[in-house]
Amino acid sequence: MKGLAQLEEIPHQTALSWRIALTVSMAGLRRRFFRSLITMVGVVLAIAFLAYMLVTESITRSLIALDHDELNILLQKFGVDIFSGGETDQMTIMLLGLTLMTCTVGILNSMLMAVTERVREIGTLKCLGARDRFIVKTYFIESSLQGVCGAVIGLVLGLIVAVAVSCRNYGGYVFSTLPVVSILGDLVISLFIGSLIAVFSSIMPAYAAARKQPVEALRVQE
Amino acid sequence: MTQQPTDQTAEEKHIVIRSIDVKRYYYGEADNVTKALDGVTLDVYRGEYLSIMGPSGSGKTTLFNMIGGIDSPTDGMVFIDEIDVAQLDSYELAWMRCHKIGYIFQTYNILPILTALENITLPMTFAGMSPTEAREKGAAILKRVGLGDRLFHKPFEMSGGQQQRVAVARAIANDPVIILADEPTANLDVDTGAEIIELLNELRKERGITVISATHDMKMLDVSDRILWIRDGKVQRLEERKNLDIRVGGIGDEK
Repeated sequence: MKGLAQLEEIPHQTALSWRIALTVSMAGLRRRFFRSLITMVGVVLAIAFLAYMLVTESITRSLIALDHDELNILLQKFGVDIFSGGETDQMTIMLLGLTLMTCTVGILNSMLMAVTERVREIGTLKCLGARDRFIVKTYFIESSLQGVCGAVIGLVLGLIVAVAVSCRNYGGYVFSTLPVVSILGDLVISLFIGSLIAVFSSIMPAYAAARKQPVEALRVQE
Repeated sequence: MTQQPTDQTAEEKHIVIRSIDVKRYYYGEADNVTKALDGVTLDVYRGEYLSIMGPSGSGKTTLFNMIGGIDSPTDGMVFIDEIDVAQLDSYELAWMRCHKIGYIFQTYNILPILTALENITLPMTFAGMSPTEAREKGAAILKRVGLGDRLFHKPFEMSGGQQQRVAVARAIANDPVIILADEPTANLDVDTGAEIIELLNELRKERGITVISATHDMKMLDVSDRILWIRDGKVQRLEERKNLDIRVGGIGDEK
């Protein structure tokens, strides 16, 4: 059997296919640019909120550490409990958790929709010889990119707003004691959580996409 | 492998697809069984042009999917180029679809955003070809199908006929043994459809590719070697072209 002997020498498609997967998923993103943007806005808002909370907490804590009379009055005026060391209260943490969850569901939902919408495209790819792993990669890259871009924009936004609000409230004190290291740490945490959400919520749509059958490519109706 | 003489005599015809008593049942609720294919035995020879005809619901598409390796039979066996499809896992199936079969769809199914050249190099890179090689080969194939000046055009910048040409080029990218075309001319006007048919026929002759198409297009039947009628999941009739009287005419002019 000549045919079966051929099967023994199937080449592996590995390193190369990451690059191609990137091309294909970038194409997918560009085609649905507006929709991707909306998905991204969800991530941007959630991560901006997170970054804002963390940075504000850092700044407030450093201001409390100054223990300046005039500043203490200002802090109390803006509702900061200077004796608790500027901890974010329970309510805000809950709100934060809800925001992040909504953001996860948002990416999940829009990616699952993208998969259903592109059943034929996936089928075509499979007819051309794409393996399940390639499809997983494509969708994984696509939604992770949305998430990570959103997270980066979100943390910049959160940082700007947090610093601006603190400046308005406490004036020059903020810059005299700006806790750079602590803020950088906050930003890294935000980026990490944002990326984690993005990656986590891409797993399911990517596998849903890979499960589609090549037969679907032959269906005429959308 | 690509250069096969097409004027073989009956004895030395090389069988490229062999389906033996293929059945495909869909099980509905309770005892409801839909017999999409009910025992189809068929040999397809290398380098031939086979057209499959049949009303909708006849099992035409199902048979098509079976011999294209994109669906598996409930019972019976399908051999594609001497490989038993039922024994392949998904990885090997993907490999076979990549190397052995070229698909052409009614709706072109070209990936949007990617250029014509990128669309064609995609299956080549799936086959493990290096990007440089793939680009050169892709450009040569696009020239062959008459799109030498459209390498970097996007699908939405091309007409339906041109898109279908890209699809044909993509189908032959990995030098397949079989081209499966599902009503390739259904969305095209008469002249453009004729061009595509002509192109497929030329490629079949020069590369020894077997072309199997589902069609209702009389022009397509005209160039076929054999025509298969399928009805209610069974082979109704299988006839050589030369035994049939097909006349292709136009309105008001003689073609």
